[in-house]
Amino acid sequence: MTADNVYQPYLMRIERAIDEAPGIKTFRLLFQDEESGKNFQFRAGQFGEYSVFGEGESTFCIASSPTRKGYIECTFRQTGRVTAALAGLNEGDTIGFRGPYGNVFPLEDWKGKNLLFIAGGIALPPLRCVIWNALDLRENFRDVSILYGARSVGDLVYKYELDEWGKRDDVRLATTVDPGGEAPDWKGEVGFVPHVLEKMNPSSDNTIALVCGPPIMIKLTLPVLAKLGFAPGDTFTTLENRMKCGVGKCGRCNVGKYYVCVDGPVFTLEQLQGMPNEY
Amino acid sequence: MTMIDRKLLKKESVGPLMAVLRDSGRRIIAPQSVGSAPGAWYRELGPEDELDLEHLTTLSPKSAFLPMVEEILRFRNEGKRIVIDDCKIQAQPTVIFGSRPCDTRALHALDAVFLRQPEDMFFREKRAATTVITFSCAAADPDCFCTSVGGGPRDPEGSDLLVTGIGNDCWLVEVWTLKGKQVVELAPHLFQPAGEVETECLVAKVPVRFSLDDVRKHLPVLFNDEEFWREQSLACLGCSSCAFVCPNCSCFDIQDEADLKGGSRLRCWDSCGQKLFTLHASGHNPRGGQSQRWRQRVMHKFSYLPEKEGLIGCVGCGRCSRACPADMNLVERLTAIAEARV
Repeated sequence: MTADNVYQPYLMRIERAIDEAPGIKTFRLLFQDEESGKNFQFRAGQFGEYSVFGEGESTFCIASSPTRKGYIECTFRQTGRVTAALAGLNEGDTIGFRGPYGNVFPLEDWKGKNLLFIAGGIALPPLRCVIWNALDLRENFRDVSILYGARSVGDLVYKYELDEWGKRDDVRLATTVDPGGEAPDWKGEVGFVPHVLEKMNPSSDNTIALVCGPPIMIKLTLPVLAKLGFAPGDTFTTLENRMKCGVGKCGRCNVGKYYVCVDGPVFTLEQLQGMPNEY
Repeated sequence: MTMIDRKLLKKESVGPLMAVLRDSGRRIIAPQSVGSAPGAWYRELGPEDELDLEHLTTLSPKSAFLPMVEEILRFRNEGKRIVIDDCKIQAQPTVIFGSRPCDTRALHALDAVFLRQPEDMFFREKRAATTVITFSCAAADPDCFCTSVGGGPRDPEGSDLLVTGIGNDCWLVEVWTLKGKQVVELAPHLFQPAGEVETECLVAKVPVRFSLDDVRKHLPVLFNDEEFWREQSLACLGCSSCAFVCPNCSCFDIQDEADLKGGSRLRCWDSCGQKLFTLHASGHNPRGGQSQRWRQRVMHKFSYLPEKEGLIGCVGCGRCSRACPADMNLVERLTAIAEARV
């Protein structure tokens, strides 16, 4: 492939397709060209442009951890033309992938710290890569807590991994669904993420908070974190602005003097407070 | 930039110069009138075509570097297999003959976007293969405001050759780059030495219309004044004509076109004035209102780009004011920003 063309994707084979929830799928992707696969490196927080040839490209994070070599995973909800075409594909089919793009979660800076992950709905994938990254290097971190909420039990993604995390004694996991979204055998919390967070009452001492979710969840969760004493510089999120090129040219993800695709997608709350509210 | 040389060119030598350029394998893109369309248009200039240096061009020569639609990937379906064809680009040596100082200056904004890492090879190859011969403006239009944004009717910024009228039958040719020098060296017999004589040039007077410093100072303060932006953009239809005629605007979309056998991935001009530009899949839109989109247009050109790249995203060509179907005049809007009480 001509590395000179920044718009040229790798060809990827769908090795596994997993139905996560209604309309939500995960693909495990292998590089068709083994050499490219061996040379491919990324870090937690980065994203890519995934394409169905003839339909177009869509932007998703890389949802797998860089500690798991040889493949990448993406999780997406069927919403438009490209994601509908993706959802129609099967194991063995080929898609395009450009990346990795964007900045990273500074995991090296977090050695010896507690990590608190807070995610809502389809926004667990961007944190799942960090969660596995941290769990695979578990000795580098102190307490790991995960709070994950969705509208209903059926909407929770990575259910098989939630079970796995829940069974570990070195992870504190809380799952919650919105009132009315619970199933008869639901053993998790019922309530909105900010309320459950208040109940969890995590210590902000030596702790990094990572928050990803729908805008309304983030908006209501940030004040709770502030009340718990989390500094804006220790609160991280990812911006999900619409993108096309992924390399700082098409102009779509521009927020103030930043391009989310190049300067983000990972930002601290402190950085966001200095940016126009256009995300 | 430092000037390399100064030459004189007789007006009657322009035709022979074109012939030499063509013989050297260069394609000439120059303003000409096209059918009954108003104004002049950049088109490839054949031996029989007539150059029009008098009328303003409706579009800048931007599309010589960033075409309205450009193929950036080609793919084929071979059964279940997908094959990507190498998208190698062979940019033809090209001369843009008759650009205006404002349009040439605007190439800096395009360079900043497409030549920063990772480089865009489609732009880079065309840019490298192109020589820009700019003509100073002998007359200005009421919408022109190059002098208000750092340029001028005889501004050499970005030009390989800058050509200025000095009387009825002669041009002064300033050689600003090696690319420009190569053009002169192709036809040395057509150029005469200009010496050090200070020549009186025929150049338009373009008054300064507003204080750029005040615009830049006021924008960050005005950012959160929703009422101000609402009033500024009340007339805006969101049609994006301003962006499409702008020599600086370079935002684009990427779309696939294909049939069962295969197809192309295309880069197409787009604009921050469009509602769909920023619409999330969830339905959330970070710039959901037209006033926010107008603010983005102004902020990007006069606040973000200067801060990020050290250049203004506007060259004062006035095309947006001429093209706007709702008569939104950029000079009026910028004057209001410069004179706002903050």
